[in-house]
Amino acid sequence: MPEAATLPTVEDAVALGLTRAEYDLICEKQGGPPNQVELAMYSLLWSEHCAYKHSKKLLRTLPTEGPSVVMGPGENAGAVDIGGGLVCAFKVESHNHPSAVEPFQGAATGVGGILRDIFAIGARPIAVLDSLRFGETTSQRSRYLLDRAVAGIGHYGNSIGVPTIGGEVYFEGPYEQNCLVNAMALGIARREDLVTSAAVGVGNVVLLFGASTGRDGIGGASVLASAELGEDDDKRPTVQVGDPFEEKKLMECSLELLQRALLVSLQDLGAAGLTSSASEMASKGKVGIDIDVAQVPLREADMEPFEIMVSESQERMLCVVEPTDVDAVLELCEKWEVSGAPIGTVTDTGQMRVFKEGALLGSMPVRALVDDCPLYDLQPGKPTGTTYPAPQALLPPQINPRRDGSGEETVAQSANELLLALLCSANVASRRPLFEQYDAIVQSRTIRRPEQADAAVLAVQPLDGGEHEAVPAIAVSIDCNGRRVAADPYTGTVAAVLECASNLACVGAEPLGTTNNLNFANPEKPHIAWQLTESVRGLGDACRALAAPIVGGNVSLYNEGATAGPIYPTPVIGMVGALPDARRAAPLGFVREGDTIALVGPFAPSLDASELAKLWGHELPDGLPAVDIAAVASAQAAVRAAVRSGAVASAHDVAEGGLAVALAECCLAGGVGARVALEDDALERLFGECSGGFVVSGEERALMDMSEQTTVRILGAVEGRSLRINGQIDLSLEELAEAHSALAELFA
Amino acid sequence: MRFGVLQFPGSCDEVDALHAARRVGDAELLWHGERDLKGVDAIVVPGGFSYGDYLRAGAIARFSPVMESVIAFAEDGGLVLGICNGFQVLCEAHLLPGALLPNTNLRFTFRQVDLEVVQKDTAFTGACEGELLSIPAKHSWGRYYADEPTLAAMSDNGQVVLRYAPGHNFNGSSDDIAGVRNEQGNVFGLMPHPEHAVDELTGSTDGLCIFASMRLAAEGARA
Amino acid sequence: MRARVLIRPKAGILDPQGEAVQRALPALGFEGVANVHVGRLVELDVQDPGQLESMCEKLLANPLVEDYEIVLASG
Repeated sequence: MPEAATLPTVEDAVALGLTRAEYDLICEKQGGPPNQVELAMYSLLWSEHCAYKHSKKLLRTLPTEGPSVVMGPGENAGAVDIGGGLVCAFKVESHNHPSAVEPFQGAATGVGGILRDIFAIGARPIAVLDSLRFGETTSQRSRYLLDRAVAGIGHYGNSIGVPTIGGEVYFEGPYEQNCLVNAMALGIARREDLVTSAAVGVGNVVLLFGASTGRDGIGGASVLASAELGEDDDKRPTVQVGDPFEEKKLMECSLELLQRALLVSLQDLGAAGLTSSASEMASKGKVGIDIDVAQVPLREADMEPFEIMVSESQERMLCVVEPTDVDAVLELCEKWEVSGAPIGTVTDTGQMRVFKEGALLGSMPVRALVDDCPLYDLQPGKPTGTTYPAPQALLPPQINPRRDGSGEETVAQSANELLLALLCSANVASRRPLFEQYDAIVQSRTIRRPEQADAAVLAVQPLDGGEHEAVPAIAVSIDCNGRRVAADPYTGTVAAVLECASNLACVGAEPLGTTNNLNFANPEKPHIAWQLTESVRGLGDACRALAAPIVGGNVSLYNEGATAGPIYPTPVIGMVGALPDARRAAPLGFVREGDTIALVGPFAPSLDASELAKLWGHELPDGLPAVDIAAVASAQAAVRAAVRSGAVASAHDVAEGGLAVALAECCLAGGVGARVALEDDALERLFGECSGGFVVSGEERALMDMSEQTTVRILGAVEGRSLRINGQIDLSLEELAEAHSALAELFA
Repeated sequence: MRFGVLQFPGSCDEVDALHAARRVGDAELLWHGERDLKGVDAIVVPGGFSYGDYLRAGAIARFSPVMESVIAFAEDGGLVLGICNGFQVLCEAHLLPGALLPNTNLRFTFRQVDLEVVQKDTAFTGACEGELLSIPAKHSWGRYYADEPTLAAMSDNGQVVLRYAPGHNFNGSSDDIAGVRNEQGNVFGLMPHPEHAVDELTGSTDGLCIFASMRLAAEGARA
Repeated sequence: MRARVLIRPKAGILDPQGEAVQRALPALGFEGVANVHVGRLVELDVQDPGQLESMCEKLLANPLVEDYEIVLASG
């Protein structure tokens, strides 16, 4: 080793986020105190973000296997078999903290990162979905974050030619200081084209291609900078800036490299840059890797070796190539106008070694870096008091919620007023002003666009106009109601998983696999550890019951504001399913007058933790009514079968806002009214929420056929230009539409 | 009938255009770096973000080797269809009058729009029936602009081929102009995407007639 | 030598970016602001400044809808 500058101290380690005990363990593994480069690399790989110190043990309890699983957790993305020799790769990831700092770039680079995970395993990305959480729309900051995040997602997805086909957004106080930006992507590949990330073949070349390397994302590690550069903060941008045009070229280059069988393995560069990519490739392959930082194409002069190793510059990939293929690889990089450079070698030393030309700058055992990071047990403790303040009441009994201020003041709201208040509330109103900023149709696969059906539906092959017996398709949904998870982490998480599967059932899709992004606060606090433990228990139980194993996911912890407290526990669930014929994917809107309307499935609605309870400013309840998972699964199976057979005209699952809102949504999407009668006029029946209910329309006989598998209650019929429920609700389509378009003013 | 669909770094909808053209004839991709147009009967300049929309949308693509050949092809009377980014490229290359500017609402917008067919007997609308075409539009830089004298001349020459129906002009285009042709009538550009309106399953089929019209025109030219 | 090219929308053409900025400034407490236009800046080192005009006409600006101004570094 060359004469070292002063070695970093334990205080430096702590400044980088390590504990003293972890620092001591590193010294033990290294046989002495780590130097600057080594400490920087350990601090990243042993961070919560990379090592999952507080969640790994818990995640091991989840179901990850099944007959459809082709690639499970542990690789860049998971993949399920969709038939015909094809697989669907998918994963969800978060970019929460960067988005709170710079929402446009944070959201954009979140999309960029998840897309790279998809083509890193050899699949062509075919769709993106986003799952967002902000504070209430009364907050100017939250409106700004929403506006910029949506613009960033659109900018990246639209520019790279991958359609954004679905998503969700919620507005809740606890996310005010900690917004959530989760991005999910899907891709398609032939099964035999899938590639893993393990580095193998001693003597093989490690090659970096894509954009050049700059100082993006280094911020935190800047404490290690040498004295002369340390003062100048301008040189250390912490915001990663994404370039979708660069990534488009990178994607085409990567896919062509794989198609030509020029790569042994492939890994994308994300959090912790070269450090994590190279180490993880070495760990999976049980090999060592030598890297020469002098070979890395740089965007900025004078970058220190540790900066090169930790840079999070976007749009870069790392691959392992046999020496005889290097020239061909570089030629292809040139064709696609991306830079490519051999930067290292696969060795049998079991060490991760960093050189600058000939000089050895750091050497770490790969096992120590990647596998030996200490894992911590959570110390869960159910909270005795309330964790979250009650939501702001928007609906005091005296105020008429009509937005134009007309109408008399009333003592208690009528059912009409309650329905309008729900339809214009931020969590229920139409998301059209958001999704109109996304290209949802590029690649010609989109059979159901946003707001047309409960799940997005994509044809497996782009349509070519030929005669086909059936059009095989994939369906996907992303869901989670964090407020309900806060009320009951176990049941709320079960409900999120069931919600996804119900959405899939409405288009006739059977779940194949699940991905999840666990967004939680500080797990070192017992009540948050309890939320996490209970949520993962619910996630496991529900995925097992539905035979929809987890094929990959992400964890984002420490989402807590200094003054605002923890976010709602938000386990975002993404689920992919397959349907044999896209032509049978039922729309959510009513189709024609005269069709019978039925409520299908178990339906035991409660106002606890409902959107109406939120509008009234109710505190969160302690616990939600238990869900009969088997009964809901039966209803999903019945609806799925009916939709597949073509027997029903429309299907929509009942979610936020309850049955009245679901019926209104069906009327609005179909452009036609309905007249229904419910068994009583209790507010619970109109606006209560639960898992399991579906609003289905079609011929009465076809609907009643489902009663062999599940409960079917005939409610009424599609007719007219108003929604009429009992004698309580009578609203025209125009009135419903006006309320439903409330979010437009956020983007004016 | 053979269509050549150009492919630039950053093109997105070129494969969609390829599939759409194949419903009407044969079609192949033409790489931006090559001058050989391979004897195709018509050129399609597709949508997307060629060269990242750097500097101005279409500003760099216009100088690519393949475009040199396309300009010569157009000057010779060859059929050229420009869609969205393709329309921008054709304006930058001065094969079509006017320019495309950022949408007035400054946002990317994706919406199904109705287009009035103003000129029915062109090489691009000859096979279109009905008054309105329902076609999706998706862009952030689609506001058509030309100065008053140019607009007057275009009107006199029947160069405005498609207009957004009332209420459907979301980008602020002058005179609701959605699609224009050159004086000669062999080059046509439009912001909405006809290649995304060719199958009932994915929306409307109103875009197919534009490709069908081109085939008729090419066959007529050969006859 | 170092040159800067300032490109702005031609007078008379709707400039929604300029309008957006003009609306936003008073909202932040800045009064007395008018005539806001938003354009682009291209900076470059050139061996022959005489070519700049041609560069602008051909590539850097779209003369149909944009005006440009060439500023040479002094000295």
